[in-house]
Amino acid sequence: MKSFHGGVHPDDSKKYTAAKPIETAPLPAKVIIPLRQHIGAPVSPIVKKGDTVKKGQLIAQSDAFVSGNVHASISGKVVEIADYPHSVFGSCMSIVIENDGLDEWVEGIPVQRQWEKLDAKELSGIIREAGIVGMGGATFPTHVKLAPPPDKKIDTFILNAAECEPFLTADYRAMLEYTERIVTGVKITMKVLGVSTGYVGVEDNKPDAVKALQNAFNGTQVKVVALPTKYPQGAEKMLIKVLTGREVPSGGLPMDVGTVVQNVGTVVAISDAVTKGIPLIERVVTVSGSAVKEPKNLLMRVGSTFADALSCCGGLSGELVKIINGGPMMGFAQSTMDVPVIKGTSGILFLSKKDVNYDKESACIHCGRCVEACPMGLNPSMLSVLGERQLYVEAKEEYDLLDCMECGSCVYVCPAKRKIVQYIRYAKAQNAIQAQKEQAKVAV
Amino acid sequence: MAVNEESLKMNLLTVSPSPHITSSESIPKIMWSVNAALVPAVIFAAWYFGMPAIITMLVGVVSAVATEYLVQIIRKKEVTIKDGSAVLTGLLLAMCLPPNLPWYMTAFGSFLAIAVAKQSLGGLGYNIFNPAHIGRAALMVSWPVAMTTWTKMTTPVDVVSSATPLNILKQQGYAKLIETFGDAPNMYKAMFLGMRNGSIGETSAVLLILGGLFLIYKGYIKWEVPVVMIGTVGILTWVFGPSGLFTGDAVFHMLAGGLIIGAFFMATDMVTIPITRKGQIIFALGAGLLTVLIRLKGGYPEGVCYSILLMNCVTPLIDRFVTPKKFGARR
Repeated sequence: MKSFHGGVHPDDSKKYTAAKPIETAPLPAKVIIPLRQHIGAPVSPIVKKGDTVKKGQLIAQSDAFVSGNVHASISGKVVEIADYPHSVFGSCMSIVIENDGLDEWVEGIPVQRQWEKLDAKELSGIIREAGIVGMGGATFPTHVKLAPPPDKKIDTFILNAAECEPFLTADYRAMLEYTERIVTGVKITMKVLGVSTGYVGVEDNKPDAVKALQNAFNGTQVKVVALPTKYPQGAEKMLIKVLTGREVPSGGLPMDVGTVVQNVGTVVAISDAVTKGIPLIERVVTVSGSAVKEPKNLLMRVGSTFADALSCCGGLSGELVKIINGGPMMGFAQSTMDVPVIKGTSGILFLSKKDVNYDKESACIHCGRCVEACPMGLNPSMLSVLGERQLYVEAKEEYDLLDCMECGSCVYVCPAKRKIVQYIRYAKAQNAIQAQKEQAKVAV
Repeated sequence: MAVNEESLKMNLLTVSPSPHITSSESIPKIMWSVNAALVPAVIFAAWYFGMPAIITMLVGVVSAVATEYLVQIIRKKEVTIKDGSAVLTGLLLAMCLPPNLPWYMTAFGSFLAIAVAKQSLGGLGYNIFNPAHIGRAALMVSWPVAMTTWTKMTTPVDVVSSATPLNILKQQGYAKLIETFGDAPNMYKAMFLGMRNGSIGETSAVLLILGGLFLIYKGYIKWEVPVVMIGTVGILTWVFGPSGLFTGDAVFHMLAGGLIIGAFFMATDMVTIPITRKGQIIFALGAGLLTVLIRLKGGYPEGVCYSILLMNCVTPLIDRFVTPKKFGARR
């Protein structure tokens, strides 16, 4: 198996939850459902305070194509529509629903549907209605990905089952327990895209998942491939390169090389939406970390809080110093545990002091480890220095700042403990501000 | 609810950007590993050259560390003497000096290396030139006689000599050099093991290579650098031999002078060499080339120190033009 350049080998820390079957979390007393759970246009509420809503009921939507519908994840009463903490954006308008304990479906759900009888357009419509977004964390609306512009000929579908972030096992458990739904979801996706070639890329630290999927996809056009375990194997561009040999051009998208990539959780949601009519209102979340008493893989309703997740896992086992939404390499640190689980929340990590480093940064010693580790072939050392010296334009124009996907491999290996990704993010933001200013000038 | 009480208690969460985990690699770990890699050669030098070498090495290390401490106190900067880099500079400098150099000269060299070549530019990571080699070059111009005065040593055939093999070659020719050691195989053996005159730490090729292999294994240096630099010297000295093309003694030149210590420990000093593998290969090639030029055509018998310093000058230029292969670059 040919690998991609660079990458790192952090301890995968999956042993805490790998053997734990997915457990359905008890219903929360209330849910906080943010209006931004996706990339694209925000949705507007179509319910108001005091309304009674049922599970699966559409509660917020947008006319924009690049957006994602939002549904009630429990039945109950809308008690508030207000700004609440958000695990990615800091804070966000959210609909708060108080649980009535009935857990009743809205009328018309669930249904029994034969996906084979539906055409691509109908399938795509169902996926859009169901508010499905990329559940690996990027939360790009799925129906948009499945509708590439006509000049982009798609010939290959890739299921991203790498799950290369340490600690996370949500996809892994889904591969073992939801195998049939994954197969159905993949078939539906391939029908929508009109492609016959498919790949499933799984890191080889999950041999039983590889086997389960190989058996399940036996006799289809979909090839299940065990990939070398190396972070960031699950980064779209790396995955496409390793499986197909194609390199997504700088600044381009997977569709530029004829591919569409979806995550495991996403195809499960596609299967549920199409065959049962169920919108995306719950997902598997890995709750782990050194400060959790009983790490678990939980099936949680969207809008449950991180605190709910913790209480499902027996509470804290040590002094909590950091909460992360997602994995330790690219996840977001939280300032409170009252943030809700959203469609892109693949994991929640509660870390104690021993897992959190407070290393002091020093000057770059030019060791070149970041250059060797960078999967994008950049010079992270130089980018960090340019960021530090506020040479943002030079970073962008001469050192390909914008090609950085912020995977964190450079910071992981840096012996000087430099906050390279932080400098890069800041430099990107400064460039964006500059671009806005220039646009404003042109407008005047 | 238990959780809410807990969330009240824990009011100080760390919020920092990703990634949230890092490897255990650190600057002190790298620097102390390089120091450790030098230990076999240091022990050999202490045994072979005796007390004068031990004193020189001690003075080199102590004055380097003291200088770093004082400069950082004066500059009101964090004192970083524990990271092992000042120890390394002092030790490497001492290893490139004649054993009997008066102690104050060693101390002066260490002072210059740390205060001028390293700290005046901002400290570790900001220095342009290899500090130990700057120290050596400064001593070379300040006390040229002392820097080229060698202990009287007994060679394997009991000829008392007070010159390094490269000196003998430069001044008396190749025949005399062979005569000093008895025959060619004897000479290679003596030079490989380190039984020859020269700077304190440069003589034992085998122990230096051993230390270098450890650093390659640890991933702190790239194998291409010593291989290319030593290889370049070998090939060029063989091609441009004393009695016409392809008559040179490549093995002698590869083992002589400060080439082995330079190629494994100076040309690999990450701060002062290019950052990419390709760039480092170019650096090593250039350093090898300049070494041969100085040895064969220059006034000095040895050129490793100057060639590395000269290549340090072009490091930023190499980095400017030799960049990593970008993913998804439009061709």
